[in-house]
Amino acid sequence: MALTQEQRESVQAAALQTRIDTIRMVHAAECGHPGGPLGMADFMATLFMRHLDLTPENRHAANRDRFILGNGHTCAGYYSLLSQKGLIPREMLLTFRKMGSLLQGHPHLNHDLGIDFSTGSLGNSLSAALGMALAAKHNGWDARVYSASSDGESQEGQIWEAATAAAHYGASNLTVLVDFNNVQIDGYMRDVMNVRDLREKYEAFGWHAVDVDGHDVDAIDAALVAAREETERPSALICKTLIGKGVSFMENQPGWHGVAPNDEQATTALLELGVSADEVMGMIAADK
Amino acid sequence: MSAPPLLAPLATGEPKNEATRNAYGNALLELGEANPEIVVLDADLSGSTKTKAFSKAYPKRFFNMGVAEANMIGVAAGLASQGLTAFASSFAMFATGKAYEQIRQSVCVPNLNVKVCATHAGLTVGEDGKSHQMLEDVTLMRVIPNMKVMVPADAVEARQCIHAAAKIEGPVYVRLSRASTPIVFADSYEFVFGKAALLREGTDLAIIAMGVTVAPAMEAAEALAREGIQARVLNMSTIKPLDVEAITRAASDCGAILTVEEHQENGGLGDAVAQAVVLNHPVPMKMCAMHDQFGQSGTGDELLAHYGLHAAGITASAKELMKRKGA
Repeated sequence: MALTQEQRESVQAAALQTRIDTIRMVHAAECGHPGGPLGMADFMATLFMRHLDLTPENRHAANRDRFILGNGHTCAGYYSLLSQKGLIPREMLLTFRKMGSLLQGHPHLNHDLGIDFSTGSLGNSLSAALGMALAAKHNGWDARVYSASSDGESQEGQIWEAATAAAHYGASNLTVLVDFNNVQIDGYMRDVMNVRDLREKYEAFGWHAVDVDGHDVDAIDAALVAAREETERPSALICKTLIGKGVSFMENQPGWHGVAPNDEQATTALLELGVSADEVMGMIAADK
Repeated sequence: MSAPPLLAPLATGEPKNEATRNAYGNALLELGEANPEIVVLDADLSGSTKTKAFSKAYPKRFFNMGVAEANMIGVAAGLASQGLTAFASSFAMFATGKAYEQIRQSVCVPNLNVKVCATHAGLTVGEDGKSHQMLEDVTLMRVIPNMKVMVPADAVEARQCIHAAAKIEGPVYVRLSRASTPIVFADSYEFVFGKAALLREGTDLAIIAMGVTVAPAMEAAEALAREGIQARVLNMSTIKPLDVEAITRAASDCGAILTVEEHQENGGLGDAVAQAVVLNHPVPMKMCAMHDQFGQSGTGDELLAHYGLHAAGITASAKELMKRKGA
C-alpha cells in the first residue's frame, strides 16, 4: 500500500533532520563520516519511523525489534534517528566522538539509548543479527531483526558465512538493508573491489532479495512490507544510493567518506539542506 | 610428604584416564537439563568437541554453523545479546585463531555471555601436527578485556570449570584437550574460580602448571622428592583472573618458580606468572613451554617428551632452576 502524503512527508522530514544532524555532529566533532549517513538517510528514516518497533517505553523489553548498524562508521545518522525517536537526548548529539560521550565513534551496545549491538569492524554485523533473529525464533517472539550493511562491507567473507547460515536456518525475521553507493574509502567500489550484483548474490544464497531506489521512501516502505510477509527466507534490500545525498559538493565523492566539513563547508551544506541563514549561523556557533 | 585429600589416589593401582573434552560434553548435558537458557553452537566438529550429545538431547537449542567459525562466534554473540547463554565450540586453533576478531569485537567489547569452549588445544592433539596444535590460544584470549580464561587439569576439574563458566557473567574461554589424560583430582575436589589449587606442599621451589601438564608436573615433584628436593605444586587452572596471591606466596616461600604448559611461553602461563612475580616478589624462574616454535606430528606422549614437558623434562628443568637459585 502506497504511503499517504502525510506519511511520506513525515519520513522525508525525518530523513532531512538526519542529514542536518549528521552535518552538525561531524562538524562539531571535527572528524567522522558524513557521506554515508547522508546517502542512507532516506532508507534509514523509512525503517526507523515506519517499521522498527523501538520506543523509549519498550527499550528494555526483551521481545522488541532489533537493529544493528553493520557499517558502524555511519553512526551519526543512526544516533540522529535514535534521538528523533526519543531514545537519545537531543543535547547529547553534539557530544558525538568526544571524550566521555556515550555516542562513541562507532556504536557501543547500550540499551538505555536503544543501541542493540557494538559494531565498527566491518563484516561482523550480519552474524550478530542472525544470532538475534535465531534467539527471537527460539523464544517464540515475533520481533524482527534489521541490520544495515553496505557494498563495502559485502567484501568481507564473514557476511557470506552469515548469509549462508541465515538461509539455512530460514531466518525470515531478518532483514538486511545494504547501502549500495559504489563508493568506499579508497575510491569507487568498481575500481577497488567490485562486489557486482548483490541482489543476484543474495538470491543465490537463498534470500528474498530486491533492488530498491534508496532515496524513494515509498519503494523502500513497500520493500520492507514485503520483507515482513516473507515466512521462509531472510530478506535483503539492495538500496541504490548516492553518497553525500542532499549536499551537492559531497554527492558521489569518495573523499567525503570520512572527512569533516569545516565551518564554511558546513554552512554551505546546511543552507543546501534548507536551513535558514540565521539558523545556520546559530548552529555553526553552537557546534563549537 | 603425603598428597592432600583432593587428589585422586594415583598410587593405588592404574591411574584413570579421560579427556577433558568428554567432561565438557557431559557437563553440557547437565547444564542443558538445568538451564533452558543454555544454547550450544558448533562448527561441524560436534563429534570431536563432544557437543553432539547436547545436540541430540536438545536439538532446538543446538546450532551447527558449518565450517565457518567467525560467523559461529558472531551468531553466539547475537544469541547472547538476547539473554541466552551461548557455548560455542570448535578446535582451539579455529575457535580462537580464525575467530579472534569476532571474539574481541562481538563478544568481549559488548561483554556478552558467550563461552568459547575449545577442544584439541596444545601439543597433545598429536598426529594432526602443527596446523592443528594450537599453542597460542591462551595468549590470544587472556589479553582481551572482559575475557576470563580457564585451563582445567583433568576431566574432574573440566566439568566444574564448565559449570563455573555458565555461572560467570560475560565472556569465558575454556581450553580443553583431545587426549585422554590422567585424572588428577578426587571426585570430592572443589574447583574455585580464580584460585590456584595447592596439590603438593614444598618450599625448595614451586612448580606452577596448567592443563594436561599438571599430571607430569606432579610426577616430577615426586621424582624430585626422592632426591631430597621438595617442590610445591600449584594447579593454575584459572589463568585470568590470575591468583597473584598464591604466586607471590610461592615466590616468597620457595624462592624459585618453574612454570609448565603445552603452550607458547610468550603470553602463556609462564608469561602471566612472570609478570606477577616481577611485580610482586622477583625470584629466579624457568619456563617449560614451547619456545617460539611450532609442533610436529607424533603421539601426544612423544611430543610432550620431545619438548621437555613430560615428568623427566620437568624434573631436569627443576634441577637447572635449583642451581640458579643457588641451593
